[in-house]
Amino acid sequence: MSTVAAPAGQARKGMTDRTRSERKLGLMLIAPAVVLMIAVTAYPIIYAFVLSLQRSDLRFPNASKFIGLDNYGSVLSSSLWWSDVFHTLVITVATVAIELVLGMLLALAMHRAIFARGAVRAIALIPYGIVTVVAAFSWRYAWEADSGWIPHLLGLKTDPLASTSGSYIAVIISEVWKTTPFMALLLLGGLALVPDELHEAARVDGATTWQRFWKITIPLMKPAILVALLFRTLDAFRVFDTVYIFNAGAHGTETVSILGYNQLLNRLNLGLGSAVSVLIFVLVAIIAAVFIKGFGAAAAPGGKKT
Amino acid sequence: MTHVTARERSGWSAAILLITVVSLVPVLWIVSLSLKDPSTIGDGSFLPTKWSWTNYDGIFKQGIFTDALRNSIGIALISTVIAVAIAAVAAYAIARLDFPGKRLILGASLAIAMFPPISLVGPLYNLWRNIGLYDTWPGLILPYMTFALPLSIFTLSAFFREIPWELEQAAQVDGATPFQAFVKVIAPLAAPGIFTTGILVFIFAWNDFVFAVSLTSTGAAQTVPAAISAFPGASQFTQPIGSIAAAAVVVTIPMVLIVLLFQRRIVSGLTAGAVKG
Repeated sequence: MSTVAAPAGQARKGMTDRTRSERKLGLMLIAPAVVLMIAVTAYPIIYAFVLSLQRSDLRFPNASKFIGLDNYGSVLSSSLWWSDVFHTLVITVATVAIELVLGMLLALAMHRAIFARGAVRAIALIPYGIVTVVAAFSWRYAWEADSGWIPHLLGLKTDPLASTSGSYIAVIISEVWKTTPFMALLLLGGLALVPDELHEAARVDGATTWQRFWKITIPLMKPAILVALLFRTLDAFRVFDTVYIFNAGAHGTETVSILGYNQLLNRLNLGLGSAVSVLIFVLVAIIAAVFIKGFGAAAAPGGKKT
Repeated sequence: MTHVTARERSGWSAAILLITVVSLVPVLWIVSLSLKDPSTIGDGSFLPTKWSWTNYDGIFKQGIFTDALRNSIGIALISTVIAVAIAAVAAYAIARLDFPGKRLILGASLAIAMFPPISLVGPLYNLWRNIGLYDTWPGLILPYMTFALPLSIFTLSAFFREIPWELEQAAQVDGATPFQAFVKVIAPLAAPGIFTTGILVFIFAWNDFVFAVSLTSTGAAQTVPAAISAFPGASQFTQPIGSIAAAAVVVTIPMVLIVLLFQRRIVSGLTAGAVKG
């Protein structure tokens, strides 16, 4: 509870018994959630940082010792790390860009459907409910040279999953399929805030559908679009399940999360693996900070209200 | 006001058809694979040429799948109940009571929700092995709280802001304590939001792979996503494609039902959290 200590200077003297007991109750009610969240996130990340400063390899437990920033030096000077960062960025940018377009179309369809709206929403949401591992297996078997329907349909002679470009296309399609409904829902929340009267007024003034979309809908939805982009970018950046199921990072699709997993759980090198973990955390924080700076510029209306 | 022309109608029909096909093809494909006879599993035909239940028979005879199914159901349900209960109390305080640090909590939970799970896996793996939580139910339920709690707090505080709180004051005027007012008056009004949040948390826990594959290793706690990623074939001569497809269908059916039945709640839950959070 000490993490949420009262900001000094607030009318402490004038507090009635009722305000005081309300404050006490409030702090008591949030305490379990706060304590648990700190225990399961702050503690491990600090522990990860401590581990990252040590030579700690479970195969040689007696050789553990404090080595400062050496692990970071090893990771940051390895070409593997940088190429994995690049692979992750390619997948992130491609999936989020495609999803933004498809998600917007889907949100418009969910919002404006003139009949069967409930059915459209329900069916469009199905991929959201499918386990990512299941979606990845379905798409992987669909692409596989012998058993899949896609190579048959496209008349491919070679195994698409044996090539780098084929693997990327397959992974990106699988991710886009699975997460576009989530993107669409976040955008749908923003669409619902655009008043119909504005569209009516613009239509009376002779604006085309296209003009109304770009001049009315998009500007008013900007906060929702930024929130959706932030959520999905951070989510896409930690992509693990799909890549792991497709080929565990073969054919140049290894992402930073796969690298961290391999270091930690296959090579049991906790020191190096923790350095990778901490660096991923830092990258995610940087991406979030860039977006949140963008919010400040664009999200004044419709943002957080307390 | 809205006059629907025949052209608009056919345009929408085409759009709906497209959405349906794209959403369903991968699901139908995995169902089709699961029903293919093992001898025809590699034929590349979209529909089974020779139908059979062999794959389903196989997975239900294997302890690896039935154990994993039991673990998935148990761990997801317990995680959901714990997260929603703790978050409901916190969200009530955030939506209703005036106390310092409210914005800090919402901000911090947003930050925690964006944590890359792989950053937590290494330390938890080491810690769990030392204190005996590796490959146990609590060993998965605890890390699920990292994401389940922020998600629940966000969604629930958005729902709780919409509740007519005058009723609570009325109850307090009638002599109820704040706690009684919470249990007797507000809880029933809050039930739909709590149920919706529960669905979202359950979907999340059911979906997890990173923690499951890193922090479990046997039938004691391995969940279905982790188990099927390491499936052996029904016998050593058959490929695991059929078993994986059948197992995938079994864990997918409840999710498709949940989505179809509770579509409206999922939409309101995710949009409420995103817009008002």
